[in-house]
Amino acid sequence: MNIVVCVKHVPDAQGERGFSDDNTTDRENVDGLLSELDEYAVEAALKITEAEGGEVTALTVGPADAVDAVKKALQMGADKAVHVSDDAIAGSDALATSLILAEAIKKVGQPDIVLFGLASTDGGMSVVPAMVAERLGLPQVTQVSTLEVADGNVTGRRDSDVASETLVASIPAVVSVTDQINEPRYPSFKGIMAAKKKPVEEMSLGDLGVDAGQVGLDNASTKVLDTTKRPPREQGEVITDEGDGGKKLVEFLAGQKLI
Amino acid sequence: MSDFSRNPQLNRLLGIDGLLTEDEREVQALVRRFCDDQVRPHLPTWYDEATVPARELAKGLGDLGLLGMHLEGYGCAGSTATTYGIACHELEAADSGIRSLVSVQGSLAMFAIWRWGSEEQKNEWLPRMAAGEAIGCFGLTEPDFGSDPGGMRTFAKRDGDDWVLNGTKMWITNGSVADVAVVWAQTDDKIRGFVVPTDTPGFTATEVTKKMSLRASVTAELSLVDVRLPADAVFPEVRGLKGPLSCLSEARFGIVFGSIGAARDSLETAIDYAESRKVFGKPLGGYQLTQGKLADMTLEVSKGMLLALHLGRLKDGDGVTPEQISLGKLNNCREAIAVARECRTILGANGISTEYSPIRHAGNLESVMTYEGTSEVHQLVIGNALTGEPAFR
Ligand SMILES: Cc1cc2nc3c(=O)[nH]c(=O)nc-3n(C[C@H](O)[C@H](O)[C@@H](O)COP(=O)(O)OP(=O)(O)OC[C@H]3O[C@@H](n4cnc5c(N)ncnc54)[C@H](O)[C@@H]3O)c2cc1C
Ligand SMILES: Cc1cc2nc3c(=O)[nH]c(=O)nc-3n(C[C@H](O)[C@H](O)[C@H](O)COP(=O)(O)OP(=O)(O)OC[C@H]3O[C@@H](n4cnc5c(N)ncnc54)[C@H](O)[C@@H]3O)c2cc1C
Repeated sequence: MNIVVCVKHVPDAQGERGFSDDNTTDRENVDGLLSELDEYAVEAALKITEAEGGEVTALTVGPADAVDAVKKALQMGADKAVHVSDDAIAGSDALATSLILAEAIKKVGQPDIVLFGLASTDGGMSVVPAMVAERLGLPQVTQVSTLEVADGNVTGRRDSDVASETLVASIPAVVSVTDQINEPRYPSFKGIMAAKKKPVEEMSLGDLGVDAGQVGLDNASTKVLDTTKRPPREQGEVITDEGDGGKKLVEFLAGQKLI
Repeated sequence: MSDFSRNPQLNRLLGIDGLLTEDEREVQALVRRFCDDQVRPHLPTWYDEATVPARELAKGLGDLGLLGMHLEGYGCAGSTATTYGIACHELEAADSGIRSLVSVQGSLAMFAIWRWGSEEQKNEWLPRMAAGEAIGCFGLTEPDFGSDPGGMRTFAKRDGDDWVLNGTKMWITNGSVADVAVVWAQTDDKIRGFVVPTDTPGFTATEVTKKMSLRASVTAELSLVDVRLPADAVFPEVRGLKGPLSCLSEARFGIVFGSIGAARDSLETAIDYAESRKVFGKPLGGYQLTQGKLADMTLEVSKGMLLALHLGRLKDGDGVTPEQISLGKLNNCREAIAVARECRTILGANGISTEYSPIRHAGNLESVMTYEGTSEVHQLVIGNALTGEPAFR
């Protein structure tokens, strides 16, 4: 069972996240890491190959630092990695990202399963898995909280507010998983050491036969015109009870048209 | 990868990150994440109730590859000494008791078997111990012999091919949760080491209670009454105190790094507190007396960490002597406990609650200063190295 797991390098949510001058996510001035929701996809991939045999390839599209995301996947136990990087990719939208991922997956060789996380923790659109499936012409089993591989099929359960659906698709298939599916392992010290010896293949758009005119900020089908930071929360009003606390409270609520 | 200190200002001042290799920084981040998830949230309760889920923790630590990580082969990770030191540092930043679990397992019990054991002993125990599936303890100290272990009374008598052990070991970390005990005993031919499965008839371990220090760590008394072992239970070659002392040198090395972890965590807690606590109308950190304390403590953490790294680089290079490790053990334990106590004063009444780390660290460091050679013993070791006049007796 050969699996490609797509992992995104995102700005650390613990740091000061913001936007660059061109209204794209600032990826220069913050530390990045493997999108935490993608750890579940890596764990799911490892569980399958541990049971069935086969190889896990971690794939990321992103600037130079994004290689850290696949390194993390290698430390957790993935066998090899692909990092697609090209100046022309900067500012790509979901359509372009999915095109590059799809071409990279073809280049790696048709895997049995392509695994994704639920959503990136920065863009968070949850659309890339579906787009990649469409581009590869593969069935998609998305946002599942369980995953089984048997008899040439993948089966997963998608939980929603009103119902749980059990989905099945024949392999090869595209699967995206939620954070309910497993408990991602820590990379062990041995994993950290072993990862240094695992191959990371660097690819450019040229290697994938993707035309620079199809990707990047200038060719995006949508454009972010403006961004505004949410204003900091204003300090609340403290009412000191001098016998008339209740009255003042009512006045405040009435003033806010809450009662 | 994380910063050496969690406090950005302190981290900038110390400037340790630049002295660490990528591996060392990754290991620190790994241990920090494990402790944040699995250890730190429980520490106030473990300490309060004097319990610790040693088996569960050993499994987790084994999965991370931290048990016997500096040893080669037999399922061990084979890291550098400094990388192991950094792991100890970050474990002890959480709690000295957790670092003790790892030290005793890796540097005392596993190291003893790895260094002095037969091939069969190594194959039988080391892989399971590295994985955290088997826990080990190290029985050297006795009720009447601590600093002077050469006086021990535990005796191993030959009976045909077998050995029969009798005696009592005291203050043995992991003693009552261990699957295997490395026990040092007098024989007709000097002190020798034995690998004792704890389910051998005649072996009992009783937990030591009423401790005011190292409460998140298991300490036990071992009683050996006619414990009969086969001929191959003994370490084949080593005779005399050289056996146990070689292991102590390993464990002390971890403490040189670890104790500064406890100090660093105390200092980070105190800086945070001084920034947020207002007294007489302004932040506590705005007063010169407080700043003087914080500055002096930062010096000691800085110097202690540099000394630890220096000894680590020596050990990974041309080699480090036991006397050099004594310098680190003496200085870093002594300064760490002073830092933890001073930090506690900054926290006022909150400082006496186990909800904040400094008093826990200060309490723990009383043990850390005592085991693996007391401060006085290390002064004597250094004095002997300088003058050539042994003053132990
Ligand atoms: C404020 C803002 C507005 C945006 N608006 C738009 C817009 O309107 N239209 C548009 O098309 N784009 C937009 N983008 C850009 C877009 O969000 C991402 O850049 C694009 O890659 C979509 O992926 P996502 O991060 O939403 O991924 P998701 O679809 O949330 O990711 C799902 C999974 O896909 C995989 N994945 C995603 N990206 C990668 C990658 N680079 N490498 C490997 N695996 C990956 C991971 O497994 C991930 O868990 C916007 C970005 C921002 C910050
Ligand atoms: C929590 C804890 C865990 C421990 N775990 C282990 C373990 O896993 N395995 C193990 O074998 N042991 C263990 N020990 C025992 C520890 O190593 C001994 O307690 C230590 O070596 C000191 O011995 P002692 O307690 O007998 O003190 P003593 O040797 O009686 O010393 C009492 C005092 O006399 C001083 N002193 C001793 N000799 C001299 C001298 N020549 N000149 C001047 N002053 C001197 C000492 O510094 C000390 O202040 C542990 C101890 C503790 C507290």
